[in-house]
Amino acid sequence: MKNFNDGNNDENYEEFTGVAEPTSRTVVVPGEVVASGDDFLAGEGARKEGSNVVASRYGLAEKVGRVVKIIPFSGAFIPRRNNVVIGRVNDIVHSGWIVDIDYAQNGFLPLMESPRFVNKHEMDQFLAIGDVVAAKVWNVSPKGIDLAMKGKGLGKLEGGFVFRVNPSRVPRIIGREGSMINLIKEKTGCNVTIGQNGWVWIKGNDIDSELRTRRAIEFIAEKVLVSGLTEKMEEWFSKNK
Amino acid sequence: MAFKRPDGRKLEEIRPMMAKIGVVPNADGSAIFSFGKTVAIAAVYGPRLLHPQHMQDPKSAVLRVNYDLLSFSVSDRKKPGPSRRSQEISKVTEWALSPALDLKEFPNTVIDVQIYILQANASTRVAGINAASMALAQAGIPMKDLVCAVSVGKMDKDLVLDVNDEEEHFEDGEGATDMATARLANSDKWTLLQLDGKIQPDLYPKALSLADKAFAKIYEVQKKALKSVMEEEK
Amino acid sequence: MSAMNLSNLTKNTLNKMFALGKRFDGRKLLEQREFTVEYDVSYKAEGSARVKLGKTEVVVGVKLGVGEPYPDSLDSGNLMASGDLLPLASPRFESGPPKYNSLELTRLVERAIRESHVIDLKKLVIKEGEKVWTVMIDIYPINDDGALIDAASIAAMAALMQTHFPEIDKDGKIDYDKKTTKKLPLLENTIPLSLTFYKLGDSLVVDPTREEEEAADGKIVWGISHYKGKEHMIHSAQKGMDAHLSTDDITEMMKNLPKLYDDTLKKLKKFLK
Repeated sequence: MKNFNDGNNDENYEEFTGVAEPTSRTVVVPGEVVASGDDFLAGEGARKEGSNVVASRYGLAEKVGRVVKIIPFSGAFIPRRNNVVIGRVNDIVHSGWIVDIDYAQNGFLPLMESPRFVNKHEMDQFLAIGDVVAAKVWNVSPKGIDLAMKGKGLGKLEGGFVFRVNPSRVPRIIGREGSMINLIKEKTGCNVTIGQNGWVWIKGNDIDSELRTRRAIEFIAEKVLVSGLTEKMEEWFSKNK
Repeated sequence: MAFKRPDGRKLEEIRPMMAKIGVVPNADGSAIFSFGKTVAIAAVYGPRLLHPQHMQDPKSAVLRVNYDLLSFSVSDRKKPGPSRRSQEISKVTEWALSPALDLKEFPNTVIDVQIYILQANASTRVAGINAASMALAQAGIPMKDLVCAVSVGKMDKDLVLDVNDEEEHFEDGEGATDMATARLANSDKWTLLQLDGKIQPDLYPKALSLADKAFAKIYEVQKKALKSVMEEEK
Repeated sequence: MSAMNLSNLTKNTLNKMFALGKRFDGRKLLEQREFTVEYDVSYKAEGSARVKLGKTEVVVGVKLGVGEPYPDSLDSGNLMASGDLLPLASPRFESGPPKYNSLELTRLVERAIRESHVIDLKKLVIKEGEKVWTVMIDIYPINDDGALIDAASIAAMAALMQTHFPEIDKDGKIDYDKKTTKKLPLLENTIPLSLTFYKLGDSLVVDPTREEEEAADGKIVWGISHYKGKEHMIHSAQKGMDAHLSTDDITEMMKNLPKLYDDTLKKLKKFLK
């Protein structure tokens, strides 16, 4: 069940890779002029001031064709519809579960999202406080964030452990069309679920391979540069058997 | 005769600056910034849930700053906990930073900025603002610009940059005037203006243009610290 | 950083890992992280030190003041440790009045120091019954990744060992700008440290990361020294948290505590001035 990597199709991933190969990458700070001239357009993380493209975030400025955008080094997770998140049940209310998704607002998982019948008076039989779920963001409104759990790879997570990486590093852990996460799974034999909120769930056959998987993911998450990561990961695996 | 600075600096000379980011691994962003012996550390947490609910802004995140001195950062031990002084500085620091931020993306949340002074030799609030500005950038908060801050002094009749402890207590002639200033790094937008002492109205703009000169240097130090993450990797 | 509380599954896995003697960072259960000690955090303190134990960082400053002795100890100087769990150091720490955890941190560090008599308080009398030195140890975490008490005690001792008296002018007022060469009167070859054992399931573990600390059910903080360089001596102890400890647990700790102390001291001595 837990063998999915829905993150592949996520819009964040597109933001990260772009369509064409970038022509240049430099570290910029907010307020810095990244490109001058009317030929350039401001992409994600940048804005136009007169004829200049100015950075609004701290990160790597990337020029792809005429578009200049900033790949931020860090930043908060902002839930969007269809994001896969990993959350922790914080409370049980009469119609569902309150789930901490590591955002400034909790998520709400309705009772009817349970894959099997759950008695209203024994909801903790299915999900108790402290339990972990992989869920999808169904709706974001000023009233709150609704979660859904029906779908491949979603549901209550059992066994293994969860840990956090910076949410801005999630796209690179997934990699181009899932290349990075598939490499990690292949080398370790572990199941891995990556939430867009930066929480990662690992489950393997033994603790040693789970620990190795965590170290591999942390290795790639801590790198600042974004190019040549697959080679670096391959190299890491050959050094850390 | 021009004012002679007790530490031998030229009138427009800033003490040696040091800046580094990522000094509080738990925080979403953090930085340390020093003017000579004045050392400030700042950490940013958020955007996160804001309690109580009535303080929330449905259109934007709320910026909340807390500034304080560690008890042993000053000669006469400071009792732990907020004072009238630290509460006021927290508030003006909030106003110094918020014009640089773009918080529309995070309605109903709070961004907490914690600033502590490890070692105080005057100009602590401006060191704190410089550190906080870098910490906010590192936290990935959308920003219009970095914020640069410096203190300008007037010693009797002479303007100086980056006031230190001894100068704060200068008493000759017109005595010491302390002017805390901050401005967005790349535009004519002042965000902190405080003044205590005696200064002629026509001299104040001159004090600000002196601050302008300092900002160019401070901005370079901030940028260098933020950009050095790349070199560490190589 | 996230403030998400520890999940049931990570806690269960940690429990299983500990039973197999494994930790996330590859350490043995009774193995302490490496640490560094730096000095001169603040030149306005009479002594100060910064300890980085793994990702945990604590700063400690010692201030000396002149005051009146306590009525029940007219022939002794005063000792006081205080501090605060700064909201800077963790998403878990909140602004506002100090909570129990910050009290525990300063109380336990103070008791190990006080009970070992490492500071000769009798030598801190300026005029008996009227005027004595007060030693104020202020403890602040900069980053909490577990084992704050252990890190704070190392920093406190490092700071005390390089504390110098300020000058007193002829009117009896302290001139903090002038430091003398006179050091704080400390007992030779006695360095009390606080070391904490945590319990999860049936396993004992030392120097936990924050994640491990949150998984633990019980703990006990020991204050111990190699007293006057002769033999190990326990100066203070306090069990914390809900879980009980068994006699076997205590026996196990008594077997391992001296070695843990010796290892910590060996690391600390590399940094002593």
